[in-house]
Amino acid sequence: MTDSGETPAITLYRLQACPFCERVVRKLADYGLDYQSRFVEPMHSDRNAVKRLTGARTVPAIVDENTGVTMSESGNIVEYLDKTYGSGR
Amino acid sequence: MELDFDIIDLPDTDHPTAGDEAPGFTRPLVTDEYWEDVSLSSLIEEDPVLLVCYPMDGAFPATYIWNELRDRDFEATYEVRVAGLSVSSPYEHTTFIEERGIDAGLFSDPQNGVAESYDVVNDLDGMANVSEPRPAVFLIDTDQTVQYAWVAQEWPDFPPYDAIEDALADNCEMKPLES
Repeated sequence: MTDSGETPAITLYRLQACPFCERVVRKLADYGLDYQSRFVEPMHSDRNAVKRLTGARTVPAIVDENTGVTMSESGNIVEYLDKTYGSGR
Repeated sequence: MELDFDIIDLPDTDHPTAGDEAPGFTRPLVTDEYWEDVSLSSLIEEDPVLLVCYPMDGAFPATYIWNELRDRDFEATYEVRVAGLSVSSPYEHTTFIEERGIDAGLFSDPQNGVAESYDVVNDLDGMANVSEPRPAVFLIDTDQTVQYAWVAQEWPDFPPYDAIEDALADNCEMKPLES
């Protein structure tokens, strides 16, 4: 959340200290993308907000309003970010 | 509470009162599903906010305050958003929300900076270097003006719930009755 109150187009659902999530964070930073972090519970069974979005309770998961994409799995997300925001796009 | 001894008086403060601008801040706001950074300015975009500063999750006043607010359910009657604020971590808030059945979001401010900016810091005796907000309630309008303020003058002290409800009735729209 920026101080101007604008919500970034990308929302990242993440677990604190999760290396797969940090992998996505690094990629978002590499591309200078603004994103809103939503931290979820360590307990897998408590992540209903993520389940409603992606059908699974795994994080990381991202929602990108620029493209309408919602996805999980860090490998998929990194590939998506490369294709969408990387130099090879 | 009738006691045959004096309870602790807290020092005077220069906290914002009705008509003042509420100091802005951004902190993680914890709900029953996740937490994310939320600014006061974004929270007041649609409805006024009732900001409830309370002792750390687990202290008995925290439990009393949120049991009472849950039972009164101001948001069912008035166009207002209730938000808590304590120094507890997001993990503690998550547990507290679940245990107490709290509908409101709770801001997490372990370094107590919001209390500093509102001048409601309570330095805790016997807990070295730990401070938290003293119990305090601010009704903040959509233009970030304080409409009502109550700040504890004693320790412990509890919000005057009836007076808060009067302030909501004076300053907030009623929710339409559900048919």
